[in-house]
Amino acid sequence: MIQAGVIGVGQTKYDAKRRDVSMAGLVREAIDNAMLAADLEWDAIDAVILGKAPDMFEGVIMPELYLADAIGAVGKPVLRVHTAGSVGGSTAVIAASHVCSGQFKTVLTVTFEKQSESNATWALSPRYPYSPHINAGAGGYFAPFIREYIRRYEAPEHIGWKVAVKDRQNALKNPLAHLHIPGIDEKMVSDTPMLWEPLRYLESCPSSDGACAMVITAQDQVGSRNVAWIKGMAVRSEGTLSAGRDEVNPQAGIDCAKDIYNQAGIQNPFNEIDCAEIYVPFSWYEPMWLENLGFCDLGEGWKLTDKDATAIDGELPFNMSGGVLSSNPIGASGMIRFGEAALQVMGLAEDHQVEDAKVAMGHAYGGAAQFFAMWIVSSSLD
Amino acid sequence: MSSEDTPKDYSESPINLEYFYTAGSATTRFLNQVKEGNIVGQACPKCKAVYVPPRGSCPRCGVATDIEVPLTDKGCIESFTVVHIPIPGNPIVPPYVCAMIRLDGSNISFLHLIQEVEIEEIRIGMRIQAVWKPKEEWTHSLENIKWFAPIDEPDVDVATLRFQES
Repeated sequence: MIQAGVIGVGQTKYDAKRRDVSMAGLVREAIDNAMLAADLEWDAIDAVILGKAPDMFEGVIMPELYLADAIGAVGKPVLRVHTAGSVGGSTAVIAASHVCSGQFKTVLTVTFEKQSESNATWALSPRYPYSPHINAGAGGYFAPFIREYIRRYEAPEHIGWKVAVKDRQNALKNPLAHLHIPGIDEKMVSDTPMLWEPLRYLESCPSSDGACAMVITAQDQVGSRNVAWIKGMAVRSEGTLSAGRDEVNPQAGIDCAKDIYNQAGIQNPFNEIDCAEIYVPFSWYEPMWLENLGFCDLGEGWKLTDKDATAIDGELPFNMSGGVLSSNPIGASGMIRFGEAALQVMGLAEDHQVEDAKVAMGHAYGGAAQFFAMWIVSSSLD
Repeated sequence: MSSEDTPKDYSESPINLEYFYTAGSATTRFLNQVKEGNIVGQACPKCKAVYVPPRGSCPRCGVATDIEVPLTDKGCIESFTVVHIPIPGNPIVPPYVCAMIRLDGSNISFLHLIQEVEIEEIRIGMRIQAVWKPKEEWTHSLENIKWFAPIDEPDVDVATLRFQES
C-alpha cells in the first residue's frame, strides 16, 4: 500500500463565538495555517475532503456548496463526510485513503463547526414522531451509559472531576484552546451545577466555534518535510438500537482499535503508544475509552485515571491539548484529535508536547456512540 | 450607546421545518396496537431478539422482524439520568428523569419518563410499570403512556438483561 503522512496541521483559535469571521472565514483560517505548515502551493492539492457534524447545528444545509471557493475546491474533486461527532476522525481517514489509493498525491482535508450560529443541543433534541419529547442533548443521551459504568465497576465520583481538571490544566498549555480556567481543581468542578446526573457543568464539553485542517501526502511527495506517518487507520459502526449492544463498551470501538493496532504492529498499546488524543466530551469517557481501546482490562480504566497514568507526564498521556473538554467545535473535534496526535510525533506541540513522543493515537466517536474513527501516527516510517 | 445604535455583525435567520413521517409497515403495526393500549414487540426470526419499539428489521441479522410478540407494560430501569437543564424546544420542565426502559421479554430499551417517586430513590434495576393516560386520549404514540412508576417488586440485576443468542 502507498504510505501516507501528514505534512501540515492547521487550527483556528477555538472560542464560544468567533464573530470576527464568517463560516467561510473560519474554515479558511485553518486551511491557511495547514497550507503554511505544509509549505505547499494550491496547485499541489489534488482533492479536498470536508467534514462536519449535522447541518442543523448551524442551519446551513450542505455548507460544502457555499464553501467551495473558501476551501480551494474549485476545479478539483470535493467530497463531504458526515458521521456525527466522529466526523473529524472519519474525514481524516477518508482523506488519507484517497492518498493511499494512488489516485491522489496530496489531499487537503478540513472540518469545522460554528456552534454559535445555532444551538446543537436543540438540534440533538427533536421530538420524535411517536414518542414523548424527552431527548436532552448529547449529555442526556450519554449520562445513563456513564451511570451504568460507575455502577458496574464501583468507580468513585471524584474520577470524573479529576479528568475534568486534568484536561483543563492541559488546556492552559495550549493557546488555541477555548477554555482557559486558571486554578481549576476538583472542588471547583464538584461545586458546579448538575446538568445531566451524574454529569456536572465542568465535566461537560463546551460549545465552540473552530476549524481544523490537514494536508496529507504520499511518501514520494514528502521531500525534506517533517512528517507524521500514518501507520494504521480505521472506521467502524454499529447499530444504535441493536439487541445485545453494550453502550458502555461498544463492540465497534473494540474492533476499530484492534484493527489499527494490527496495522501498526502494536501488541501492547499501553506500552507502545507514547500519547493519545482521545474523544472525551464528558469526563467519564476517559476511563470508559481506556478500557474500550484495550489500554487496560474492563473495570481498570478509572484506576489508571486515579493514579495519574493519563497526566501529561504520566505513563500514557491523554488529551495533552486539553481535549474535547476544553474545545469542542463538534465537526472538527475528531480531526483536532488526529491532528494533535500528528503534531506530537512531529515534535510541534510546543508547550503541551510530550517529551520524545514517537507513536501517537487519534480517536473520535460519534452519534449514539456507534461511530468510531482512529489512527496511529509515527515519527518514523519503519 | 444604546443597543439600537450598536452595529450588528450578524443577522438572525430562523428556519421552520415541517415534515411527514412515513411509519413503514412494522412501526404502523406497532402504533396501531399502541393506540389500543397494547405494546407488541417484534422478534427476529433468526436470533430471536425482541425489539420494542420495532423498526422492522434486526440490526444484528439484517432480516425483517416479522414475529409479533405481545409484551407487558412492566419492566425495569436499565439506566437513567436526571436532566437539570432546560432543553431548547422541549416542553418538559426540569428536573425530570429520563430512563432507559427495558420491558419484560424485550431485548432493547427505549427512553421514557419516571414519575411518582422521589428522584433520590430511583436506581438502576428498579422495577417499573407504565402509567397510561385516559383511554379517550390514546393516539398512535408512546405518549399514551404518561410515564413509568415504580412497583413493589425486587430489583433486577441488569447484567442479566444482556441479550445472548441461544
